[in-house]
Amino acid sequence: MTIRSTHTTASIGLTVVALAFLGIFVALPLVTVFVEALSKGIAPYFSALVDPDAVSAIKLTLTVAAIAVPLNIVFGIAAAWAIAKFDFPGKSILITFIDLPFSVSPVVAGLVYMLLFGMQGWFGPWLREHDFQIIFAVPGIVLATVFVTFPFVARELIPLMQEQGRDDEEAALSLGASGFQTFLRVTLPNIRWGLLYGVLLCNARAMGEFGAVSVVSGHLRGLTNTMPLHVEILYNEYNFVAAFAVASLLALLALVTLVLKSILEWRLGYAHRSAGH
Amino acid sequence: MITLNNISKNFGSFKALKNIDLEVRDGEFLALLGPSGSGKTTLLRIIAGLAFPDAGNVAFNGDDVTNLKVADRKVGFVFQHYALFKHMSVADNVGFGLSVRARAMRPSKAAIRARADELLDLVQLGGLGGRYPAQLSGGQRQRVALARALAVEPQLLLLDEPFGALDAKVRKELRRWLRQLHEQMGLTSIFVTHDQEEALELADRVVVMDHGVIEQIGTPGEVYMLPGSRFVSGFVGDTNSLPVTVSRGAVKFHDRPIALDTGSIADGPALLDFRPHDVEIANEQPGCLPLVVTGAYRRGGYWRVEGTVGGISQVIEVDLDAANPAPEPGQRLALRIRRGRLFTTDGVQA
Repeated sequence: MTIRSTHTTASIGLTVVALAFLGIFVALPLVTVFVEALSKGIAPYFSALVDPDAVSAIKLTLTVAAIAVPLNIVFGIAAAWAIAKFDFPGKSILITFIDLPFSVSPVVAGLVYMLLFGMQGWFGPWLREHDFQIIFAVPGIVLATVFVTFPFVARELIPLMQEQGRDDEEAALSLGASGFQTFLRVTLPNIRWGLLYGVLLCNARAMGEFGAVSVVSGHLRGLTNTMPLHVEILYNEYNFVAAFAVASLLALLALVTLVLKSILEWRLGYAHRSAGH
Repeated sequence: MITLNNISKNFGSFKALKNIDLEVRDGEFLALLGPSGSGKTTLLRIIAGLAFPDAGNVAFNGDDVTNLKVADRKVGFVFQHYALFKHMSVADNVGFGLSVRARAMRPSKAAIRARADELLDLVQLGGLGGRYPAQLSGGQRQRVALARALAVEPQLLLLDEPFGALDAKVRKELRRWLRQLHEQMGLTSIFVTHDQEEALELADRVVVMDHGVIEQIGTPGEVYMLPGSRFVSGFVGDTNSLPVTVSRGAVKFHDRPIALDTGSIADGPALLDFRPHDVEIANEQPGCLPLVVTGAYRRGGYWRVEGTVGGISQVIEVDLDAANPAPEPGQRLALRIRRGRLFTTDGVQA
């Protein structure tokens, strides 16, 4: 009985500590965002959101995500498929490379693109000759975002596909299905929840990315400003209400992501359980 | 008829199959029996077209299919863990092979469904077409997998450890049922198993494999009664093995003569293999084996008696009629070996 009671005390204590921590470091800032954004009332809040620069930043963020996320899906599925279902030389190197964006600071990633495509960079002169701008333009922002979000889908799918093995695909092939039919009707349904989960995280990161994008964007208002960059500019101009108004959109995105993530995790758990024999 | 000619397959430096020759007759039920790592599953996958040999060729009815992919070989493959498509209903699983056909060859949706229902009736799962695999028991899933493989009207049915993941009772029922189904359909079938009982009960012929080579091919009776090697003798059925010496037609175990026909085995050290049921109690007779009983338990209509024989450490198992009282531990029994087989110590049958 003593063991049981100390156990209960310990678990209550730990729960309190964890909740306090969560409250101070996560909930409080989140609440602050909305409180600050609405501190002058509803009208200034909405006028900050319909400001042309803000609208342009929102549009750019959506555009970048609309390019980066599909690229990530294609790459992620291809890489996970190759790694989970086949053995080939250089497999471990590929896995390491997929993880690289997680281990490198986003600022460094941005700088690498500056070095490659910037005016003084390796490909700078050639790009200038052909009148093609990457740095301080949308292509650079897309590149930086793709780099940073590179591992999300692949990382989610690799363990899932490894666990599922090749039996289902081989069964489909033995029944006469083509490779494409097998992928569409067997592989894709098997990984759909994991894929959605990866896409969700990838999207959240693509929209929220600051470091790498900040380096290559050049912060041109109305042109190369994404939402996170726009928030920073407004804040530096002491325009708190507008800054927090735009930030509240990102916070909302985060909350929606979290809710969807929980639903997906529940679904994934269900799928895993029912996959058992 | 399926002909395998000189098949070899390596995984890195591991030789999974070494120069395999095998003929499978039309309509027969063939078992590939062996311990894990013997190459039996690899051989099955090569026949299916799910794996490809490094050397040798595979022919179906005289046509070389070595380089044909699984989809073009018209084989039905049943996987050990069923590999049912979890997101599809049972009927959709069974109809899958028909639904992926090219448009010109594809039956209508209604026809596919009708065929699926027909096959589900055949495997005694009529009415369960609307369920999902997760809602079925292991034995039911196995039968769905079988129905799915049969839907494409294969010329050959391949089963990888078909009962491996089932509990003993279901396994036994399913075995009997599969044997009946085979007799009813007459479809050439090959199954892989590590369970010798399963192979002996089901198969017309058994292929015993070890370390990538075929040790013996024969009917269940031949493989059990006339094992061609020490490995087969030890792997198929329970076997006791005694180190003996052969000299001038007489078998001796530690200088004690054993009454047994030696056949044509050369003089020298040899192994005497005998089944637990090939002994009888023969007190006060020469040429017997003295067994010190360590334990006995009931196995159906007989006692399985475990004991030791002076001079060797291994446990000897013999079966004695349960009409008599069970032997007590410590009791000494004089056993006459009615029937045994001698192998030279390198494992080759004399």
